[in-house]
Amino acid sequence: MDLGYWLPLFFAGAMGLALLIYVILDGYDLGIGMLLPFASDDEKDVMVAAIGPFWDANETWIVLGVGILLIAFPQAHSIVLTSLYLPVTLMLMGLILRGVSFDFRVKAGDKHKAKWNRLFAFGSLVASVCQGWMLGAFVTGLTGDATSTLFAALIAVALPSLYIMLGAAWLLIKTEGELFNKAVRWGRMAVWPMGGFLLLISIATPLVSSAIADKWFTLPNAIGLMPIPLATALAYAGLIWVFNSKQILHNGYGWLAFVALMVVCVLASIGLAYSLFPDIVLGRISIWEAASATESLLFTFWGAIIALPMILGYTIFIYRVFRGKATHLSYE
Amino acid sequence: MEFDPFLLARLQFAANISFHILFPTITIGLCWVLFYFRLRYTFSGDKAWEYAYFFWVKIFALSFALGVVSGITMSFQFGTNWPGFMERAGNIAGPLLGYEVLTAFFLEASFLGIMLFGKDRVSNRTHLIATVLVAVGTSFSAFWILSLNSWMQTPTGYRIEEGVFFVESWWEVIFNPSFPYRLAHMFNASLLTAAFLIMGVSAWRAMRGVDGPATWKVMRTGALMAAVLAPLQVWIGDLHGLNTLEHQPAKIAAMEGIWETEKGAPLTLFGFPDEEAKTTHMAIKVPNLASLVLTHEWDGEVLGLNEFEGETPPVAPVFWAFRVMVGIGMLMVLVGWWSAWRLFRNRDENRETQTWLLRALSVMTFSGWIAVLAGWYVTEIGRQPWVVDGLLRTADVVADHSSATVAGTLFGYVLLYLFLLVSYIATLRHMATKPARSLTLTPQQRAMNDAETAEGEA
Repeated sequence: MDLGYWLPLFFAGAMGLALLIYVILDGYDLGIGMLLPFASDDEKDVMVAAIGPFWDANETWIVLGVGILLIAFPQAHSIVLTSLYLPVTLMLMGLILRGVSFDFRVKAGDKHKAKWNRLFAFGSLVASVCQGWMLGAFVTGLTGDATSTLFAALIAVALPSLYIMLGAAWLLIKTEGELFNKAVRWGRMAVWPMGGFLLLISIATPLVSSAIADKWFTLPNAIGLMPIPLATALAYAGLIWVFNSKQILHNGYGWLAFVALMVVCVLASIGLAYSLFPDIVLGRISIWEAASATESLLFTFWGAIIALPMILGYTIFIYRVFRGKATHLSYE
Repeated sequence: MEFDPFLLARLQFAANISFHILFPTITIGLCWVLFYFRLRYTFSGDKAWEYAYFFWVKIFALSFALGVVSGITMSFQFGTNWPGFMERAGNIAGPLLGYEVLTAFFLEASFLGIMLFGKDRVSNRTHLIATVLVAVGTSFSAFWILSLNSWMQTPTGYRIEEGVFFVESWWEVIFNPSFPYRLAHMFNASLLTAAFLIMGVSAWRAMRGVDGPATWKVMRTGALMAAVLAPLQVWIGDLHGLNTLEHQPAKIAAMEGIWETEKGAPLTLFGFPDEEAKTTHMAIKVPNLASLVLTHEWDGEVLGLNEFEGETPPVAPVFWAFRVMVGIGMLMVLVGWWSAWRLFRNRDENRETQTWLLRALSVMTFSGWIAVLAGWYVTEIGRQPWVVDGLLRTADVVADHSSATVAGTLFGYVLLYLFLLVSYIATLRHMATKPARSLTLTPQQRAMNDAETAEGEA
């Protein structure tokens, strides 16, 4: 077996998976963060309690994703992170503000609570917008020209709407009563911009990148690829249906909305992976050109195949321990 | 005014890593202290230990959150500021960082949730295990990152092909010559930082009259730790210094302000190093002591900075930082012994008779931070101009950003960090001021109490 061929492929897959898990998991945290200003003070506490035990581990997935980029593809890591210097810096500042607010909002004393709630929401918004910006710039090959900047701006606005949907769907699982009803209303409102952006991005991506257009719109590939957009549309329709069906919502099937969103995310990342492959930076460097030395990859590979199942195992354990509706757990 | 982008990149990285290291320094030590509190209350059933655990777990959580968010910044800055380092040394640095993420980050982040919120949802045993796993996770994290840092100081187990590092032996990379010393020195520093933090906050509570039995128990724990670990640190530091002398003599020469190689070198206690004139002004020297300390021989030869022309670190910051670290270390030994003597003799828990000790301890609350920062400045500035000692220059790996970009983000980071640091200390003060009573109650009782207070006030 040719390790020099398979190991970069394995790590590209692992990186994609880590970033997909990140988007879904920290997506709902950040979404709830952005929804925070629209809730009453008591509801804010429940919303934070709904993500309290999870957010830290959720955020670690982006460290793993970027970590794999760094470990396995150091050449690409340099290109990506130096090109994205500004959005990365702003995203980090956003994540810092959001992350520390969990503790400060309850520990710094009542007179500071409103300030930390605002910083919580602000940090979540900044991080989400910057991640969209980074994604947009990355998809267009980090060229930095006018079209790709416009595209990056489009995704910068689009990604927060996906996160807000994830946040609202997570609240359907974790809350009840008035907050649950609010989450339904938030979801019904955010689902339209999210869908609009999804459509716009699907149209804009092949327009800004001819390489991506070629991959999608040449026969016979185009026919084989049809299930991806079709299934995405179906999952999106399902999402609207769940948010508008009283029967589904009030019989405890609200979690279906989260599942539908996960399906959308998975399909979108399959589409993205297909668009980029075999490049790790579109049109600039392939995963094999960017890869580390085989002996370094192999050393990490053994660690990864032992550690990753364990991580997945205890992540599931943590979600089981904190299953059910969020109770008033206090950071105080 | 035009700034050098290289200097700015270094300042930015220094600002980030200096802010970051404050919090892991606390949490690496504090989580083992928490585990101790947890064991004490599990096996003695003493409410005071339970109270100590739940009080300090809150401070742990806050410190941990600050460490996590500033640590994420670090993981990105390798790429944003030092892309050349990853391109050249990525085959070695990458896997070490990867193992840190895989074995430590997820473990800590996941089980912290159970440690903080899971008490009513899991068995006592599972909760205890979660506490241990968080402690193990933070220690693993220290293990890997210190291994990488030590490799950058004393690289072994590699080969270089066309300017790129490749691994020859992982064992030699991980357990490189300075690693055991650095690991022991830093781990002990964390425990000492935690010891003075818990003593300081407890002393502050005692002076304010918001203390209970737990406060004094915690203070005694800290005093015992300090009395044993502070002298131990002096010994480990000496060993670490001898190791540095063997592998990075230029760093030692800068630390001691030794300009010319000499036998029977004097130890400069204080003075003002002047790199232009290659001399230390107004130096107070003890004859032969540097030779004795460094070579353990009266007339031993100590290499001076003249031997390393063009490859010497900036002398004054290393010289000064070293004196700050050693000074605080010595103070810690004295205060550690004094507090152990005062606190264990008759178990005196009277804030009237302990006034001077309480004052001293509250002044020393963050002494660990200053010593740790000073120590890291010695070792990191002392490694310059190299990023990988003797092999790769820092100036060759810096990213090509405009100085305006780096200056702008540096300004943003510094503002943010100052704000967070002030908030952190203010919050610690706020938490320390809260009376002990409310924390020993169950949530239901607390809610009822709050309701009563509200009625009373209305």
